[in-house]
Amino acid sequence: MSGHVVSVRLYVTIFLALLLLTGLTTGVAFIDLGPYNTVAALAIAFVKMLLVVLFFMHVRYSSGLTKIVVLAGFFWLAILITFTLSDYFSRGLDNPPNGWGPSISAPPNP
Amino acid sequence: MAELSAGSTHAAVHPPGFHHQFEDMEQQHEAGNLGMWVFLVTEILFFGGLFASYTIYRSLYLPGFEAGSRLLDVKLGATNTAVLIGSSLTMALAVHAAQTGKRKALVLFLLLTMVLGAVFLGIKFDEYSTKWHHGLVPGLKWAPDEEMHNNAPLGSVELFFCFYFFMTGLHALHMLIGFGIMTVMTVKSWRGEFSPEYYAPIEVSGLYWHFVDIVWIFLFPLLYLIGGRY
Repeated sequence: MSGHVVSVRLYVTIFLALLLLTGLTTGVAFIDLGPYNTVAALAIAFVKMLLVVLFFMHVRYSSGLTKIVVLAGFFWLAILITFTLSDYFSRGLDNPPNGWGPSISAPPNP
Repeated sequence: MAELSAGSTHAAVHPPGFHHQFEDMEQQHEAGNLGMWVFLVTEILFFGGLFASYTIYRSLYLPGFEAGSRLLDVKLGATNTAVLIGSSLTMALAVHAAQTGKRKALVLFLLLTMVLGAVFLGIKFDEYSTKWHHGLVPGLKWAPDEEMHNNAPLGSVELFFCFYFFMTGLHALHMLIGFGIMTVMTVKSWRGEFSPEYYAPIEVSGLYWHFVDIVWIFLFPLLYLIGGRY
């Protein structure tokens, strides 16, 4: 027998939690929280991802080696996103072409 | 000729599905899972490039992206999220059935997973055709009505839909590949090729299916929700 057997009860619990979080993230999107709408959406998505990875994908019960490979994957994704964004937002590469509308740093229309 | 006699007792010594390069079943199982995760890490970075560029362009052309996002159907997006989460549950239950040696339950859960996957793709197709009728497909049919995009800068709205179709399209392509994998797994399961000792192909296919689910878990809020729905 190889591999951990997760109980059906736990799978169903995780499924219900995922459905609940989907409802929550959809509901929150209709309330004006300013910039926190994006934060809430990403935070809930992150929690949902953790639930799927840890329980549905059995990483919680996997070997240390598998855990490190998974963590390294997400760490590299973090490098990709952080370094790309810091490059864009620190060099003023934010002038949209004509007719493409104001960018974040453009002055408001008169 | 010692090798030949060793070969003749092979079936009695090794369980079915066991490959000679491994010490035992445990090690083989472990190596298979690890290999699949290495592949999934490349997939994370593959989609990661798209998520990074989406973030950059969204912050550069925010009004157009928000206007574009408001043109998507939240109800269909949320329904599809629930459908895909349901398919992840049936996939997890399929792995459970394989681990406990329940052949009929295994086949049933694999079929259910495929049915839910098909429902997802059906809803996605419906969304695509609505976008087509509204002229919201960049490059092929781009002629949105004035009131549709609420006077947001058209170029940015078009850029949003480029991202929408490429990201959801790439995701749908992964679903189709998953569909093919599940078909093969269903046939193999029906033939009784798996046992509680050997079910690695089911588990590894499950990892792939759950990964595709996770991509959608991020696509749904990023494309449908954060465009200022209130």
